[in-house]
Amino acid sequence: MRLAFVLAEIGGGLRRNLSMVVSVILVTFVSLTFVGAAGMLQMQINQMKGFWYDKVQVAIFLCVDTSTSPTCAGGPATEEQKQNIQTMLDAPAVKQYVTSWTYESQDDALKHFREQFANSPIVDSVTADQLPASFRVNMVDPEKYQIINESFAATPGVETVIDQRQLLERLFSVMNVASLVAVGIAGLMIICAILLIATTIRLSAFSRRRETGIMRLVGASKMVIQLPFVLEGVIAAVIGASLASVTLWTVGKFFIEDYLADQYKDTAFISANQVLILVPGLLLLGILLSGVSSLLTLRKYLKV
Amino acid sequence: MIRFDNVTKVYDQKSRPALDSISLEIDRGEFAFLVGASGSGKSTFLRLVLKEDRATRGSVYVAGQNVANIPSWRVPRLRRGIGVVFQDFRLLPNKTVFANVAFAMQVLGRSRGVIRETVPEVLKTVGLEGKENRLPHELSGGEQQRVAIARAVVNKPAILLADEPTGNLDPTTSMEIMNVLDKINQNNTTVVMATHDDDIVNGMRKRVIELRNGIVLRDEARALYTSMIPVVDGSDSGNGFRNPAGTSAGEVDK
Repeated sequence: MRLAFVLAEIGGGLRRNLSMVVSVILVTFVSLTFVGAAGMLQMQINQMKGFWYDKVQVAIFLCVDTSTSPTCAGGPATEEQKQNIQTMLDAPAVKQYVTSWTYESQDDALKHFREQFANSPIVDSVTADQLPASFRVNMVDPEKYQIINESFAATPGVETVIDQRQLLERLFSVMNVASLVAVGIAGLMIICAILLIATTIRLSAFSRRRETGIMRLVGASKMVIQLPFVLEGVIAAVIGASLASVTLWTVGKFFIEDYLADQYKDTAFISANQVLILVPGLLLLGILLSGVSSLLTLRKYLKV
Repeated sequence: MIRFDNVTKVYDQKSRPALDSISLEIDRGEFAFLVGASGSGKSTFLRLVLKEDRATRGSVYVAGQNVANIPSWRVPRLRRGIGVVFQDFRLLPNKTVFANVAFAMQVLGRSRGVIRETVPEVLKTVGLEGKENRLPHELSGGEQQRVAIARAVVNKPAILLADEPTGNLDPTTSMEIMNVLDKINQNNTTVVMATHDDDIVNGMRKRVIELRNGIVLRDEARALYTSMIPVVDGSDSGNGFRNPAGTSAGEVDK
């Protein structure tokens, strides 16, 4: 009976304040969409990290004719220097950090270069002896790149040691900035949402002050009086959060899965179903948002 | 049932207290009028009983309980034991007579069956049979006040507070309302009624507590609106508490 009563009160409140309720729904919808977008970007970054970090290697480039590094003072790397590096890679001090390594000769390098730039006129002017030979090292833990760098950077015949991960880091940092911007916008929108919910509940409490006054007089408990107002805000916020979830899933499905993944086949993208992981979080955030702001408002405007 | 023990209520430090060291007791089943000019402290008295306000000093006891010791979450329970009626009725305009009265039971979570049984009974007590489905604007002022009274007593409170319930009504209708309140009082409900209406007070011959500027000017059993008239039943009214000035101009005629 009391439940039916509370539900009827909520229905009446939503109807009476329809335009405000719609604006609450829209604001929570937009703010939670931004929150979700930030979440999706982070998921995408993790996805790409997982995908690329298995493949990235630390490359030890050997000296060629044109090298200027002090370790290349003796001209192109000699066979002896190459042997020395191989021995070092197989020595226990380094071996424990290395899963495997391969040697890429200058001819291999040219072949890869031609594959990579197949459509560019530059390939024709490049010869094998311009490209450095290299050792490609797969590490047990790619974070330990410094160990290889320290061991080999000063070795004669080594021009430079490059961590391919650093190239990716640059991309990830751009994506991180994008997700921070999304979080920032979401933050502003959440403030809007909180203020709007507070205003809505204030209006709602004002338009029903006659009822609540009578409820107080006959001794209705605080919960029975305030619950309809709180639930009104929560329902609006949940609708907004649901809309945000649907939007994010749609973006995941039709933009990322069907378009991006199709266009860039060699990149790992998150799937639309992965986006669904965000849904409970968004709903919870919506409920929290409206619940907290309505409780604070009611404490001020609806004393029992 | 209601006991004030040296109660002082100060709203604003600069002005005089709304109630100044008031001590009085109203027993279970009693009918008491609270009379006095506007600003004499009648409404403050009622608000303190309902714990709408806290007494600045002294203690207010309702049904044996010091209201100052009731935690805020228990205040609703206190109010369930007290019915309140106002001058302006305070009905819900879009609800029928039945629904207005039922509302007071719904918010306490009473079952549909109990409501359907109790509301007609109470409406009969206040003389509104057959008008269950009217809306408030389809009723006369007296009928609207009856609805308000029905709503105030439907949960069977031990105390009924009425704040100038006849203030908006003509004399005949006012007397009818008084009959309803008297009937409720007969059922052992304590009734405290704040009023300016001398005809009503004189017609009822109940206890009169007169307040002026926050103090009890007079507290007499079976009394009249003003203390100038000698009381036939020989109680000591009017002797110790003469109204020195400001008595109504009509006092000589009564």
